[in-house]
Amino acid sequence: MKRFLIARLLLLLPTLFGAVTLVFLLIHAVPGDPVEAMLGETASSADKAALAHELGLDQPLPIQYARFMVGLASGDLGRSLYNQGSVAELVLRRLPATLELTLAAMAIALLVSFPLGIFAAARSGSAGDRLALLFSLFGLAMPNFWLGPLLMIVFSIELGWLPVSGRGGPANLVLPAITLGTAMAAILTRMIRSGLIDTIHEDYIRTARAKGVGERRIWLKHALRNSLMSVITIVGLQFGSLLAGAIVTESIFSWPGLGRLTLQAIQTRDYPLVQGCVLAIAVSYLLVNLLTDVLYRAVDPRISYED
Amino acid sequence: MKTNTALTIGVILLAALGVAAALAPALAPYSATAQNLAYDLAPSSADHLLGTDKLGRDVLSRIVYGSRISLGVGATIVAVSLAIGLLIGALCGYFGGRTDLLLMRLVDVLMAFPGILLAIAFTAVLGPGLDHVVIALALIGWTGYARLVRGEILSLREKDFVHSVRALGGSPLRIIARHIVPNLLPALLIQATFGMAAAIIAEGSLSFLGLGAEPPTPSWGAMLNEGRQFILVAPHLTAYPGLAITITVLALNLAGDGLRDRLEKRGK
Repeated sequence: MKRFLIARLLLLLPTLFGAVTLVFLLIHAVPGDPVEAMLGETASSADKAALAHELGLDQPLPIQYARFMVGLASGDLGRSLYNQGSVAELVLRRLPATLELTLAAMAIALLVSFPLGIFAAARSGSAGDRLALLFSLFGLAMPNFWLGPLLMIVFSIELGWLPVSGRGGPANLVLPAITLGTAMAAILTRMIRSGLIDTIHEDYIRTARAKGVGERRIWLKHALRNSLMSVITIVGLQFGSLLAGAIVTESIFSWPGLGRLTLQAIQTRDYPLVQGCVLAIAVSYLLVNLLTDVLYRAVDPRISYED
Repeated sequence: MKTNTALTIGVILLAALGVAAALAPALAPYSATAQNLAYDLAPSSADHLLGTDKLGRDVLSRIVYGSRISLGVGATIVAVSLAIGLLIGALCGYFGGRTDLLLMRLVDVLMAFPGILLAIAFTAVLGPGLDHVVIALALIGWTGYARLVRGEILSLREKDFVHSVRALGGSPLRIIARHIVPNLLPALLIQATFGMAAAIIAEGSLSFLGLGAEPPTPSWGAMLNEGRQFILVAPHLTAYPGLAITITVLALNLAGDGLRDRLEKRGK
């Protein structure tokens, strides 16, 4: 396991390097002058030159890149143009709120999809199964930038049950987490249902039945464990969508996380901060994928990464 | 039986949307941009079935015209992504070697980002606008097609019929275009259908965040963004454009599910 972890971490490095380079190129090499964008077209050329020099933008691209990489290696993501704070600090301060939101969304997705998927598979063809199918179809088709405002209209404005926006107690978390988690719940419900229906006809299930194992145990232990593989993969892959979807969800509910910071940075043309935010989200995503691989191995002892 | 239902409903809905987009000027009761400030933020009425927005524009008309944006942008993104993916996937799969290694690493890196995040970063640098949305989403969207094409070519390359064509002197281009691509069409069609649904949601997200369509373009996502300020007094501005996106995405997903069941089962 230790060897696998080290190998997997080493494999992460080239992708990480590529991702960092891509973000750098995106911000620095794309046409458009950030200095002009920040100061406005009417700024004097002396002012522009001064700001460009201050940001190191008057240097050739390879030198800017080298400086950026050296800074990054020591955890320095530069300074925010807007409020002069350290980008790394700004990002880290917002990270907990985003993690709270995405983990809550994931928890909701798992809490909904497992019972619903198992129920739909066990009673496949029933009215309940059809309802579960309908849920997964609509859950996938409803964009979060519609679901969020709709939930807000119904539960905050009309019924007055939950706060409209902001971060605070658990009540504040409910609507954003549902908004963000619904699509994932829909995907997982479908996967769990079809995975279970496929495995329930396998020979080993028939053997277990012949040995007199109870139905409940067969579904929950024998069949479900086999479907867990694909669920873990999807959860890992979907976590990236959750992080990205958090940008929209945070914007709807004024949730003070990384997503909202990214949007504010874009609006104020704070390029170092945009760069830092995008990197933070991408790195979180890569780390979650790594975690998925490790979990995958823990659940399925058949998989070997040694060779 | 059930798969046919999905495909049928999906195709009927898509056809209806296609008609709405094609005949928008005839179907929409008003122009998408005609303002009537004396009649702003009005709820549904006989004159304005889905109400009006902050400038007194007819919401139904804007939604009908908006289908042109959603379907047009979605189709363009899929077409460009598909073309890039086909080209790069074919290059990698057929020729292999260093080209393959380099391009596939690029695919890995692009796939290391959640797609919409990269699109947000792109449009942040390029500035808002539907053309920038199309560029950003197409530059990200090709990776899935490239992987698919490459994988299929790797497995088809060694098939007997490809060997025969090569022995008969068929050029690589001819082999790819005439013999390999037709084999790939079902898989590409399925992926393109789901890809279009994803592209429509992505355009909607970017426009909702103010990074996509600019006023007065009747993009559904942009309409939802405008509706946010009036969520207390005019919830209809939020309800209807979102419903339009949901129906469109649902139609594409149903069609994709139906196609997958039909084409992949037939192949096996």
